[in-house]
Amino acid sequence: MDSPTYVTETLIAEDIDAYLDQHQHKTMLRFITCGSVDDGKSTLIGRLLYDSKMIFEDQLASLEADSKKVGTQGQEIDFALLVDGLAAEREQGITIDVAYRFFNTEKRKFIVADCPGHEQYTRNMVTGASTADLAVILIDARKGVLVQTRRHSYLCHLIGIKNIVLAVNKMDLVGYDQATFDAIVADYTTFAGSIGINNFTALPLSGFKGDNITSRSGNTPWYNGPTLLEQLETVEVLSALDAGQPFRLPVQWVNRPNLDFRGFAGLIASGSVRPGDEVRVLPSGKTSTVTRIVTLDGDLDVAVAGQSVTLCLSDEIDCSRGNVIAAADQPPEAADQFESTIVWLADDALHVGRSYWLKLATQMVSVTVQQPKYAINVNTMEHIAAKTLDLNAIGVAEITTDKPLVFEPYAQSRTLGGFILIDKLTNATVAAGMLHFALRRAQNVHWQATDVSREAHAALKNQKPLVLWFTGLSGSGKSTIANAVEKRLNLMNRHTFLLDGDNVRHGLNKDLGFTEADRIENIRRVGEVAKLMTDAGLIVLTAFISPFRAEREMVRAMLPEGEFIEIFVDTPLEVAEARDVKGLYKKARAGALKNFTGIDSPYEAPEAPDIRVNTATMTAEEAADFIIRQLMPLK
Amino acid sequence: MTSTLTHLQRLEAEAIHIMREVVAEATRPVMMYSVGKDSAVMLHLARLAFYPAPPPFPLLHVDTTWKFQEMYKLRDRMAAESGMELLVYKNPEAAERGINPFDHGALHTDMWKTEGLKQALDKYGFDAAFGGARRDEEKSRAKERIFSFRSASHGWDPKNQRPELWNLYNARKHKGESIRVFPISNWTELDVWQYIHLNNIPIVPLYFADKRPTVERDGMLLMVDDERFPLNPGEVPVERSIRFRTLGCYPLTGAVESTAKTLPEIIQETLLTTTSERQGRAIDKDAGGAGMEIKKQQGYF
Repeated sequence: MDSPTYVTETLIAEDIDAYLDQHQHKTMLRFITCGSVDDGKSTLIGRLLYDSKMIFEDQLASLEADSKKVGTQGQEIDFALLVDGLAAEREQGITIDVAYRFFNTEKRKFIVADCPGHEQYTRNMVTGASTADLAVILIDARKGVLVQTRRHSYLCHLIGIKNIVLAVNKMDLVGYDQATFDAIVADYTTFAGSIGINNFTALPLSGFKGDNITSRSGNTPWYNGPTLLEQLETVEVLSALDAGQPFRLPVQWVNRPNLDFRGFAGLIASGSVRPGDEVRVLPSGKTSTVTRIVTLDGDLDVAVAGQSVTLCLSDEIDCSRGNVIAAADQPPEAADQFESTIVWLADDALHVGRSYWLKLATQMVSVTVQQPKYAINVNTMEHIAAKTLDLNAIGVAEITTDKPLVFEPYAQSRTLGGFILIDKLTNATVAAGMLHFALRRAQNVHWQATDVSREAHAALKNQKPLVLWFTGLSGSGKSTIANAVEKRLNLMNRHTFLLDGDNVRHGLNKDLGFTEADRIENIRRVGEVAKLMTDAGLIVLTAFISPFRAEREMVRAMLPEGEFIEIFVDTPLEVAEARDVKGLYKKARAGALKNFTGIDSPYEAPEAPDIRVNTATMTAEEAADFIIRQLMPLK
Repeated sequence: MTSTLTHLQRLEAEAIHIMREVVAEATRPVMMYSVGKDSAVMLHLARLAFYPAPPPFPLLHVDTTWKFQEMYKLRDRMAAESGMELLVYKNPEAAERGINPFDHGALHTDMWKTEGLKQALDKYGFDAAFGGARRDEEKSRAKERIFSFRSASHGWDPKNQRPELWNLYNARKHKGESIRVFPISNWTELDVWQYIHLNNIPIVPLYFADKRPTVERDGMLLMVDDERFPLNPGEVPVERSIRFRTLGCYPLTGAVESTAKTLPEIIQETLLTTTSERQGRAIDKDAGGAGMEIKKQQGYF
């Protein structure tokens, strides 16, 4: 059989217009290759690129030179160097990050993401898998199903890749033995079934020799299935789920060039839309009718999933970025508590209870993650108990958002079910997650409207509610100064209340210890109590070490703008330790007290506190006077 | 009724989605405009993404003063047609020191392009800059994210890139930090040409073959585009039928001998060629195999 590349070349040379017409109508398949370092992954990709003529002479020349210099294949061409593009990867001979490569056949265009196999780069593999339609899982025929095979299969399944190709590679090294191939396939079938992969295609290959890659191999007469390329060319791109799904358009941007035009721009996540369709805007639930699908080249009669469009509606309803326009009779739900699977992607572990940004489609909300119900050992699929999630850990946990999120289960919609978590201080992407379902209890708890408002409470006391948040090391003088400030406010006829760290731990928070998660929960509860007290019109003073910037910012975010005053009691560690009023530093230094701030637990000082007092240079009374002056005029 | 989208339709939709995300989340975006074919496609996509509004950001041309004359002509015409503001930035220090590609080698690219770009981004306070780079161009680009995060000093850290899942992009950053965004990351050279062909997108005539004055230097065919080109003693420009696969500073950009005068002919030639697109670009060859990666860490696009 002629190789497909030959046919294509002839067409290019003889009838370029016919070729262009063919190319224009190609569909696209995005796939990943995974497997451990020695399974021949990069060689396979190199072979696909080479056979489809995507390696140019100059690239081949530098590849040959590099192969001799740093290659791992002796004098042979090391195709891995073609895909391992970073200096560190070439030096170490490993794949660290995903590389994207491109090639064409007569039927399709392919984007292949070469994913790292090492467990420490799980996050990069998940990145590559998230946009893939298909996964090629490589197995070394000599080694069979390995731990890595299981991990990669599990991750592909988790991320929802429906098409799995099991590429049993290096068949040349086992004499193209059918029994070896069958045994591996049987072994994998058992494993795959146990994690929910019910369909896959197994192929006997040799990337090195080119067997069953682009053409059927004479070495495996017992194999009657497709070649790898045939499989890639013919597999259905849209999963069966996409067909017949109801219309969903997450609104990215409102297009308002002038008073006469208001369009809603976004990428259609599922279904299709036509002018005249009745739609519902979520989460408000308001309905309207699509009047136009606008493009630069004229209005469209219909638009389908995967297209970026601009819609006009018949009514002037409220709709902005983050809203979802959906089929009126089949709208998605909105909720604020979910069970989800989370893949942790950052070096800094999950802080249970801390507030992160969550981005889902075009929605950005604050979210907190509960202690995981369990983590998953990605090598054995066992469920294990976990207090948090470290880099590359995968676990199931409940999450709570501060605003309702329009969503669908991830199994139904990657767009409305997949999310990322962003650290609020570093802005790093720290996790990826998949929503499973909304927790019903959230939907049955409603806000009870009350007639006497927070404004009325405050007006009666003739004051503006405030939270004066004292933060600083143990022994810095927070409680003493807060007490002095409260006395002064009391003399000024202000209605106040002082929440003290030690006192709260005797009651409200007596179930909490001093681990990081408990410290975060401690502050969260205090924040909620302080907020209720400001609703009652009070000026609240709090004296807590509150060592983490993120939690102080969380409390600030709970309150109306301007009601949170961060007061940094700035005492150097040496001074606080020298005072050691409660003898705690001594205990901590002796190792008798764990997680003590400043000793073996960090204190993150405020970067720009509203008020700063230095107790090394002023007395507690002077500090209190200073704070009062800063607060004046106290309305 | 699922009509499967073609690869170009998917790529177009992806690029538009990316541009809209940036406009929704960035404070002050800008589109890098280098007048090449990739810039032409980017500008077209931007007009599609925001129609009927004009694209809500300016075009920025970091000018090295050594581009081909034809590029300057098309640049001004396209800016006028799109209704977008065109900002042209020339590194004043490079101008003052007379930095040029003939006398200063790698310093020319460093001063005019890398430094000029950083200065321009700082001057206008842009926090997101669109670029037309593609992953099929070069091996370190193949590894780069679509939203490529840069430190306050514009550096790229290839070993610590933000994970980028699905089509969820994290555009959050601190003051001073910025993001380079590559909406056509997943396009190939062929895709770009075909898209230009299908949509009749105007491109610089230098992409088409014509008789032009050339000299041969270090195995590269250079075009004598203006009188600043220092000819060696006895060197006489020769008329050759040439065209360019990629356009940069004329003294640094090698031409290929060609008779391709239409887009299909260009595409035909591109597909049958045996060398890669950036082969004519001197910039990639510096510092061994890692030239582009190092330049990017220093802030190059």
